[in-house]
Amino acid sequence: MRIEAYERIFMILAGLMLVLGIVGIGIGALVAGVHVPSPAGRIDPRALSTTPPFDQPGLRDLGGGKYEAVVIARAWQFQPDEIQVPVGATVTFTLASPDVIHGFVLTGTNANVMVIPGQISQVTARFDQPGEYLWVCHEYCGFGHHQMYGKVVVR
Amino acid sequence: MSATARARTVAGGGAVTHEGIFLAEQLWPIKGQLVLALIGLAIGGLMGLMQALDRVGIVIYKAMLMQTYYQGLTIHGVLLAFLFTFAFSNAFVSLVAIRGFERPLASTFLAQGAFWTMLVGTLLAAYAILTNQATVLFTFYAPMRASSLFFLGAALLVISTLLTALNLVLTRRAWQREHPGERTPLLGFVGVVTYVMWALASLGVVVLVVFFLLPWSLGWLKTTDPQFNRILFWYTGHAIVYFWLMPAYISWYLMVPRQVGGRVFSDSLVRLAFILLLVFSVPTGLHHQYVDPGIPTVMKVVHLFTTFSVVFPSLVTAFTVMAALEDGGRARGGTGLLGWIWKLPWGDPSVAAQLLAMLVFILGGATGIVNASYNLNNVVHNTSFVPGHFHMTVGTAVTLSFIGISYWLIPFLTGRELMGRRLALAQAWLWFVGVLLFARGQIAAGLLGEPRRSSIGEAPYRDLISAGLDNWLTAIGGTLMVISGLLYFIVVLWTVFAGRRLTQPLEIPVAEMRFGARETSPRLDQLGFWFLIAVILVAIAYIPTILLYLPLQSVSPPIKVY
Ligand code: HEM
Ligand SMILES: [Cu+2]
Ligand SMILES: [Cu+2]
Repeated sequence: MRIEAYERIFMILAGLMLVLGIVGIGIGALVAGVHVPSPAGRIDPRALSTTPPFDQPGLRDLGGGKYEAVVIARAWQFQPDEIQVPVGATVTFTLASPDVIHGFVLTGTNANVMVIPGQISQVTARFDQPGEYLWVCHEYCGFGHHQMYGKVVVR
Repeated sequence: MSATARARTVAGGGAVTHEGIFLAEQLWPIKGQLVLALIGLAIGGLMGLMQALDRVGIVIYKAMLMQTYYQGLTIHGVLLAFLFTFAFSNAFVSLVAIRGFERPLASTFLAQGAFWTMLVGTLLAAYAILTNQATVLFTFYAPMRASSLFFLGAALLVISTLLTALNLVLTRRAWQREHPGERTPLLGFVGVVTYVMWALASLGVVVLVVFFLLPWSLGWLKTTDPQFNRILFWYTGHAIVYFWLMPAYISWYLMVPRQVGGRVFSDSLVRLAFILLLVFSVPTGLHHQYVDPGIPTVMKVVHLFTTFSVVFPSLVTAFTVMAALEDGGRARGGTGLLGWIWKLPWGDPSVAAQLLAMLVFILGGATGIVNASYNLNNVVHNTSFVPGHFHMTVGTAVTLSFIGISYWLIPFLTGRELMGRRLALAQAWLWFVGVLLFARGQIAAGLLGEPRRSSIGEAPYRDLISAGLDNWLTAIGGTLMVISGLLYFIVVLWTVFAGRRLTQPLEIPVAEMRFGARETSPRLDQLGFWFLIAVILVAIAYIPTILLYLPLQSVSPPIKVY
């Protein structure tokens, strides 16, 4: 088979680039500890309001600067749509939807997750700076989609 | 040298006569699908204006006769991502295959069937969307309810491409019977590989629509599993981008070099690149679901690796095409390291559009690597970064290439000279400038957390995300793209209705090979073998995911929220 020397060199370079990219991502995951959301359990969306912890949405203090925010994402509002935590808090958001697919992106952080009926979603963010962090629904969930947002107030 | 041997190594250049290969009864469905594609582009593109202006609070969806922003966005997505791409590709690849195999398509029935299914599918889906019974965007994620007419229409659009796939495979068979022991001509081969890849890739959406969404929208199934449905959707949903790209690659590899007076290095590398696309395109879909809650991390990592493998053939493409362009530029008297670039025929709108499309694709590819990167994805998933990325790939690399192709294809099909060449050139450059501004805006806003698929103009949080300037760039860039689209349709209509008759019939541009088929390993012609490898890889990538996922969590009845 005829492969030119040029072609061979280029193919090797392209291969190396890919290996480098994958190594970079590996370092991000293993050393820097950046992970994507992973399965956190299933739930029946029709029984959301009677299934713990979603029967009582809101913020829980787990002690040691750790918090859990249980949030219901429904068309077209997050419940609750505001939480307040002190500087340095680590908050785990636990979300579920009783109706259609929603999304959750917390601006200024790595927290980004889909909220899919039947699944529980979990992401964690640490707040080292005081201020307001906006979170929005980023999956189309009907004509009120753009009205769906909330915020974390860090003092 | 015998005629066939010459056709094999040279693959074009008017070396062989084309009489009798383009049958009228096969040409009209090709032309018909081209018309459908352009209607899709025109109406879908027009919606872009509303979306772009929305970024800066100018809300005009009512003026576009839409009830909501999202109805317009559904039209935009469905007409551009499905109708325009499918119909153009069916028309273009069928035509190229006829030329590649130097024979008519094997089945006129299938050729016409592809047109009719495309037409009926379009009408059904359009009816459902226009009557606001299917404002579900082009991803139609369950449990968002859409009219069953919409699902039926979408299914027919896919079936139209599958009929074309079957026809291409049969045409290759027929060619092989007529030329025992010979290697498939490259130009025919790449078209068949494109459609064989798609046949495998479309399986996900076919299963999704036929076994889940259609029965569910009809009320035969009470509930469905949204997470599982998403797995099926994205099984097809990533590979589809290669189905959009590969026809453009066919032009970049085998036609643009001819148009600029260059040659392609070798038959082997082109075949290899297309085979790698066939093998690696499909088992990558989960990378669209890195942030889905219901998919185990291991499987996401497996797809991370396969996703990066499919970058490889794209890099090979970049090299091969660049080398062929350089060959052309130097043949035209270009010297020095980069001097050949200016010698390329930039004054030819067909060439200019495609060269600009390639330039934008470099940025599109780079941003794609960001999306595909497991942990970077956390920052950009579902933000406006994503439309920023894909308007450079499908929205420009593919679309502007198709536009460029149509600048010779329409004269070829109508026998009329391309009119308004300066306008056509301006059109290409305007799109180029427009998309760069547009993408810059969308990408920067996305990094700040601006969500995609949102009517930002009406969002109460618009001023809380400090993307003011970025949104202006999106709006201005998007408007330039729409104006460019308008110029395109002026050129097309002018050519079709008032173009001067060509004195001589046009040739389809086909590049010569420096090293032709004789130097190619026969392995690279064994499509069945590579298809099997692709199927095995898909099984490895998907079966464990699906098994881990079972039993299904069928919990969601259809819900209408628009
Ligand atoms: C003519 C100029 C165009 C403009 C101004 C434009 C503008 C936009 C904007 C602003 C969005 C984002 C909407 C949102 O997230 O809310 C969008 C989405 C999209 N565009 Fe375009 N676009 C254009 C052309 C194209 C082309 C040529 C294609 C493909 C062939 C395309 C395919 C898409 C797709 C698939 C979406 C996603 C729809 C969705 O999220 O459901 N666009 N476009
Ligand atoms: Cu929502
Ligand atoms: Cu939403």
